[in-house]
This record gives sequence, structure tokens and C-alpha cells, in this order.
Amino acid sequence: MDRSVLEGDPHAVLEAMAIAGYAIGADEGYIYVRAEYPIAVARLQIAIKQAHEYGLLGKDIFGTGFNFDIKLRLGAGAFVCGEETALLTSIEGNRGEPRPRPPFPAVKGLFGQPTIINNVETFANVAQIILNGAKWFASMGTEKSKGTKIFALGGKITHTGLVEIPMGTTLRTIIEEIGGGCPNGKKFKAVQTGGPSGGCIPASLIDTPVDYDTLTAMGCMMGSGGMIVMDEDNCMVDIAKFFLGFIVDESCGKCTPCRIGTRRMLDILTRITEGKGQDGDIERLEELANTIKATALCGLGQTAPNPVLATIKFFRDEYEAHIYEKRCPAGHCKALARYTIDPEKCKGCSACSRKCPVNAISGVVKSPFVIDQDKCIKCGTCLDTCKFGAISKK
Amino acid sequence: MNKVNLTIDGVKVCVPADYTVLEAAREANVNIPTLCYLKDVQQIGACRICLVEGGGRGLQAACVLPVAEGMDIKTNTPKIRAARKINLELLLSNHNRECTSCIRNRNCELQQLCNEYGVDGYPFDSGKLPESNVDDISPSIVRDNSKCILCRRCVAACNNVQQIGAIGVSKRGMKSVVGVVYGKSLADSPCVNCGQCIVACPTGALHEKDSTKEVWAALANPDLHVVVQPAPAVRAALGEEFGMPVGTSVTGKLAASLRRLGFDKVFDTDFAADVTIMEEGTEFIDRLTNNGVLPLITSCSPGWIKYCETFYPEFLPNLSTCKSPHEMGGALIKSYYAEKNGIDPKKIFTVSVMPCTAKKFEAKREELSNNGLQDVDAVITTRELARMIRTAGIDFNHLPDEDFDDLMGESTGAAVIFGATGGVMEAALRTVYEVVTGKELEKVDFKAVRGTKGIKEATIDVGGKKIRVAVANGTGNASKLLEKVKAGAKYDFIEVMGCPGGCVTGGGQPIINSKDLCYIDPKKLRAKALYSEDQRKNLRKSHQNPELIKLYKDYLGKPNGHKAHELLHTHYVPRPKYK
Repeated sequence: MDRSVLEGDPHAVLEAMAIAGYAIGADEGYIYVRAEYPIAVARLQIAIKQAHEYGLLGKDIFGTGFNFDIKLRLGAGAFVCGEETALLTSIEGNRGEPRPRPPFPAVKGLFGQPTIINNVETFANVAQIILNGAKWFASMGTEKSKGTKIFALGGKITHTGLVEIPMGTTLRTIIEEIGGGCPNGKKFKAVQTGGPSGGCIPASLIDTPVDYDTLTAMGCMMGSGGMIVMDEDNCMVDIAKFFLGFIVDESCGKCTPCRIGTRRMLDILTRITEGKGQDGDIERLEELANTIKATALCGLGQTAPNPVLATIKFFRDEYEAHIYEKRCPAGHCKALARYTIDPEKCKGCSACSRKCPVNAISGVVKSPFVIDQDKCIKCGTCLDTCKFGAISKK
Repeated sequence: MNKVNLTIDGVKVCVPADYTVLEAAREANVNIPTLCYLKDVQQIGACRICLVEGGGRGLQAACVLPVAEGMDIKTNTPKIRAARKINLELLLSNHNRECTSCIRNRNCELQQLCNEYGVDGYPFDSGKLPESNVDDISPSIVRDNSKCILCRRCVAACNNVQQIGAIGVSKRGMKSVVGVVYGKSLADSPCVNCGQCIVACPTGALHEKDSTKEVWAALANPDLHVVVQPAPAVRAALGEEFGMPVGTSVTGKLAASLRRLGFDKVFDTDFAADVTIMEEGTEFIDRLTNNGVLPLITSCSPGWIKYCETFYPEFLPNLSTCKSPHEMGGALIKSYYAEKNGIDPKKIFTVSVMPCTAKKFEAKREELSNNGLQDVDAVITTRELARMIRTAGIDFNHLPDEDFDDLMGESTGAAVIFGATGGVMEAALRTVYEVVTGKELEKVDFKAVRGTKGIKEATIDVGGKKIRVAVANGTGNASKLLEKVKAGAKYDFIEVMGCPGGCVTGGGQPIINSKDLCYIDPKKLRAKALYSEDQRKNLRKSHQNPELIKLYKDYLGKPNGHKAHELLHTHYVPRPKYK
């Protein structure tokens, strides 16, 4: 959604940065934007040029004697460069890696100078608050989380896209009313908030109000404003594996717990989804997760285990089914899937047997066929082939 | 500096406000374990071993946590011990654990920490450990990334201290590797072979290219006449390998152990160092009086020479044409000594024991040869010599003190101090003064050029002429000094040593645990051993060395003369940064 602000209203950000510069006495600002957002980059360049032409940036703005200029810095797409110290390091021309805090950027930031860093969305609010007054802004939202928040609604939801809601709106309103619920009549299962290092909230807590404190208290976060909806077909172990896999790829590799720890968690999750889970794996995951949270160098590592901890918290039974019963309740994990032929429904047409790539299905024509579970590679071809609904996946 | 009060494990301490919690803890006699931290080289909070509680959210890395008034720090809670152990276990899960065959076995900081934290298994193994991934193309340094724990101490030594930047981290996450850009070999990089990365490494990921096998083979070959010479700095550090305190001088035991290893002749690079002073001093006086290229810059340090060839080729005319001392020694062994004793130089195998890994590279330079024979056939480091002594079962600690062999074993105090930064300059000044003025130098100590400061400057009065000298140690400081020269600073004579502290803390010296380095400074202690040996010597000026006088009288003729030039001088070539 930051991208859409930069693409749609770059001047809102430039104006707010100039105001911020004026407030703290800075005369230089940087916008760090991914090179993969070429439209945002192009429009920012145009906007900066226009602002210069109108005297909104540059020397002696509006005759106040205040100088402010904004430079663009293109990132190479590393997720970790969203972490403020890594972002600063990247702007400085170095490998985008976080550095310890303290010293915090406000004390020693870009090129060693005091620096404030704000998100695009924060800046986009500034001019509106100044124009309409703080009371107007504070009239929306909850006691501690004021104003509105934009979410990128995605996943198993009828209406995907960006939605702006007052803080404190419940998940039910967002998912059912605004998003139109899960498509194809599927049952809503959980929603992941805050991007890959956020956490998931189960259907039972759909009346949770969305604000900073409530989400944090649940082990989730507002984060980037991502909101991914999952339905009954989603396996929560697989979801945790998916998000953690992203983190493993994006870890910069500087600190031990994030570099190796997240990878080891992924190893465990992978083996659970492959039906090789062992007694003690859940505890091992929790131990690793808590150590990584407590000891990682930056926000990326400290929040990386969230999807795992949240799914263990709310869907422990799914983990246990995978590990102890070698069963995926959502029927998602391929290695745990079991295809069977219902002898009552099977007409003995042999279509499935002919399509099976590993000759795992045998039988006599016009009598029920059977699947050899040892040979079956769970490709699902038989299921797609059967015209009589005789094959099921569990 | 303002002071702040804080409590560490219940002990109240008052420390300067710019201290980290790690430094403050030492005041409370608490040793917080570290891996990526290396005093004066790197503090980046990457390994997450030095964890403490009480400094903010979660567990904080003490090495980068600034102290604050009223802090109540805990360093030894169950939570901390468990977290440290898990982070160690994670490192082990991605580490080539061939400890028994590892060169750093029993001298590995990871191994020590695992022992201290009771690591008794490998709970996070994924069934696949990294396999050996060795870059051994460089003649000096071997890197095995399967043992690398990505602490980055080598990177900091190369980039921050030496300011060479041959290695860095590439790729990310679990794919991160430390190495040369584009996966090139160290041999094809701007690496100057100084080996400061090796002494910075906590594990066996970096070590010197082993030459002991060649030396053992030569010793066992009855057709070869094997002659050895140890550098000045070796005697100030070898004892550490046998449990002696840092800064113990073991000159007599060094000679005795070399003899017991079976070398046919035990000469001393100190003798060659005296010869170097005659040659370099004469060269200096010649350049000074005949409008030669100044400042003259010393050429003893092969790390520095490659650095100059690679990064500052415009200064090549400033470099002294003198070969480094052990190369002079090697050349003289295969000519002067061979002739005197009627030995065929082809049957002589010369071994140098050096505090230095760059000497291995240097010895292979084609130009350092005579009549098709390399001046030096093999270079072993102080560490390799220690391994040979242990292998041979020599009880080093109880050896009697012995002398070096005659002809090329005598040396003056001026030669001994070659091993410390400023030593070559001081030795040269002692001789240059007397040669130029014809008067005896009363005060032989030139204290202005001593000490471990990165760059030292002095103006010395030599018979009414003011000689401006400068001394730099470490290539990072050398770079600063050369930039000053380029900006117009005037000097007559510059000494550069490639390693910080000079040869005493060269890349081939015994490796000191990072924990111990918090309390002692080997640069100072080892240099002190050399300066006191200088103090004890009767002869402290190179030109007084009786064997050297004999060498020039019987064989070489005059310093810088025709024969000397043929045997003892060399030339340099600009080098590209990458091959």
C-alpha cells in the first residue's frame, strides 16, 4: 500500500518530509524505494522535479530561509532493508544489513548523523492531520490507536485489494463485510496479519478489534498492513512453513539465530509436512522460536518465528495430527494425503488405472479397483480422472 | 570522560560512559563469552553469544551495548545460558566438525565455548554438514569455508585494520559466504598475504599454507644440506606455543630446538638483518647525497611490498631495492657459505622460520633467486615450527640455551629489534649516524620511533642535517602515511611494516585467544622482549657485527657494491588488484 501512495500521491509524502525536516531542523531527506517499483520511482522523480519548480523543495522554501531537498535511493529488493538500520546501511552504499541499536537512528543514523525514519503511510497522514487538526484524526480509532489504517487484503477472500479502515474495526467487518468472505462457500479459517513475520488469528477470534495493542497482545502485529485470509483448505503447518521460507530466503545472514535458527525451524516444519515429524518437534520449534525472538539482531529475526508460534498457539492440534497421526487435517500436505477408491462407487472402468503414472492402481474391469499406497506418489491424477466421484483424498 | 554507575551480576562498577557492557563487565571480573568480538578490530554484535539481560528488550549483545547510569545487568541467568547454548548448537549444525583433524583443535574458540556451555549433542542437525570447501591456491593462506562461522573477524582485519578489502560477505542468509568477490581465489585477489585474517579467526577456517612436509622431507634427504634461519620476531613468541607467558624471549632454546630438529646449520636472520642495514643504510645515504628518489621506503615486509605494488605503484621507485633480510640470508647461504665450505649450492636447502605468511609468497618470487636457484626454498611460520618441535618430541621448555652457528649466526642489538615496528628505522639510524658523521653515537635508543602507535614521526639530527623519518605499521596506516606524502608531506626515510605492530604480531605468530587479547597487548609485550634483548647485547649497531665485517672483507666488498647488488638487491612490479 506504500507503493500505491507513492504511485498515486507522491506529493503527500514529499510535503510531509519537508514538514518533518522543518520540525527537526534537517535539510536533507531520502526516500528509499525498491527498484522493482519502477512506476513509483518514475512518479517520485516527476514529483520531486515539480516540487522544485514550485519552490516546495530546495533553497529558501516559501521565503522562510528553510532549505530542504529530497534524494531518491533505489533498493535492490531485500526484505531486510525495510528494517530501519539496514535501510540506512543500504542508503550509505553498503550491503543492506542491520546494525545494533542503541545507538538509535535518532541519535546516530544516516552517515552517523541524527536521523528520523518514517514509513510512507505515516508521512501520507501528516498533511491531512495538519489541515484537519489533530482532533479530527484522533476522532477515529481507539483509545490508543488513532486514525485509520490501510490493509492489503489478499488470500482466500472474495474482494482483494487495499482497504482503509478506522483503527479498532473488527476482523469480521473487514473479512465478511468489506472482503465478502471466503470465495466458493469455503469456511474462513484464519487470517495472517502483518506480513510474513506477523501472526495468524483463528476464526474463533474474528471479533477481535484491529489495533496495535490488541494485535501485539495476540502475538501478531500490524506490521506492513498485509492481511492474508485462509480457508478450510489451508494447512496451518504449511502456512507457517510458507512464511518462514520467505524469511529464510530474506535473512541477511549477519546474526547466528536468524541465519541458522530460522533455517533449522524450516527444516523441522518441512519434515513435519512431509510426514517425518518426530515426537518433540513442537517443543523444539518453540524453543528455537523463543531463542530467535530473544536474541536476533534486528526486527526481522526477532519477529521471524511469529507465524510458527501463532500457528502452534491456535492450531496445535494440526501440528499433532501431522506428527503423531501422519495426517494433514486440511488435506493439503501432499506427502500425507491418502487417495482411496470407494468400492461402492467404483464402476471398474479402469480410467484411473490407465492414467496412473506409476501403475499404483490395479483391478479387474467392471469390479472395484484399489490403490497400492506404497506405490502411490499422491499426484492426484486419479482423482481428476474419475467420473464417478469414487476416489477421495484424505 | 564522564563516568556511569551500573551493576553487573550484583557487583557495582563505575566506568567511563563510552564503555560497552562487555568492557564494564571486565571491571566486575566477569568474562562474558564472545565469538565475533575482537578487541580493537571488530564489534558488531553478530554472533549473539555475549548475551546479557537488563539492557532492553530481550537479550542484548554486550559487545555493542553501551553502558547507562543505573543499569542492572545479568550475565549468567538460566535464560542466558540456554540461549548461548542454543546459538552455539546452531553454529555447530552448520560447521564442519572434523575437530580431531583440524589445525585449530584445542585452540579453537568455538570448541572452547561449546565445552564451557556444556554442549553435549547436536540437536539441530539437518543431516547434512558442510563439506570441505578449500581455497588453497594462495601460497600463503588457506581458507576452508566449511569451518567458517561467519563471525567476520577476518573481514574486519582485512577491511578495517589493514584496509585492503580482499574479502567480504557475499550472498545472504544461510548462503552467506566470506570470500573474494565473484568467488575468486585469494591468490587472484588484492590479498597481500599478511595473514592478519588467520590470527583473527576463532576457528580453523583460515590457516597458513603448510610447508612442514617439505621441510621434513628435506631434513630426511641425505643428499641435501639443510640450513635454517629464524627471523627476529620468532624468538619473542615461540615460547607461547609451549605455555610460556606472552613476551618471553626464547632465543637460546630456539637455536637449540632447530639443531635438534636436524638442520645441518642453524644461522640467524638477525645476521642478515645487520647486512640489510649496511645495504639499506648505504642506499639511503646515497639517495640523500646524490638527489635520489626520496623518501626511501623500507622493503623488509613482503606484505607491505605486495600492498605497494598493488595499491601504490607510484611509490615503487621509493622502495629500497634491498631484498628482505631472510632473502639476503638465503642468497648468502647459497653463495658465501657454500663457497666457504665447498658445498654445491644446488644441494643446499634453505629454510626460513618467519612470523609471517607473506614470506611464503615472497620466497616464490622469481626475481629472488641467483643462478636459477631460489634464495629461500621453504618458509615455515612460528606456528609451523612449534608443530614440528612437538612432533619431534623435543622438550622445548627444558632445552638448554644454545648459540647460532658461526659465519652467519652473529648479530647485533640493531638486528633484534627488526621484529618490532620502528626497529628497522632505529637500526638504520644507528648506523647511518655513525657512517655520516664519523662519530660514535652516544645514545643508541631512538625512542621516538618506538611504540605501537600506527604512524610515528620524528626529525633526527645527523651531523647537522635534519633527517625526517616516519614509521607506519599495518597497511591501513601505511596508506594513511602515503596519502600524506602525496598531499605534500616531506620525509627522507620511511619504515613500513605490513602488519599492525610489525613482525612480532605477524600473521604467522602464535594465535592468542580473543578473550586473552582483552587483557594483554602482544604488540607491546613481544616488542618489549626484543628491546630488552637489544639492551643486553654488547654490540648494538649493525656495522659492528664482526661476522658482517668479515663478510664484506672476504666476499662482498663494499655495501651496495657490484656483488652485493647481484646477491642482495631486487626490483618490483606493479600488480593488478584482480587476476
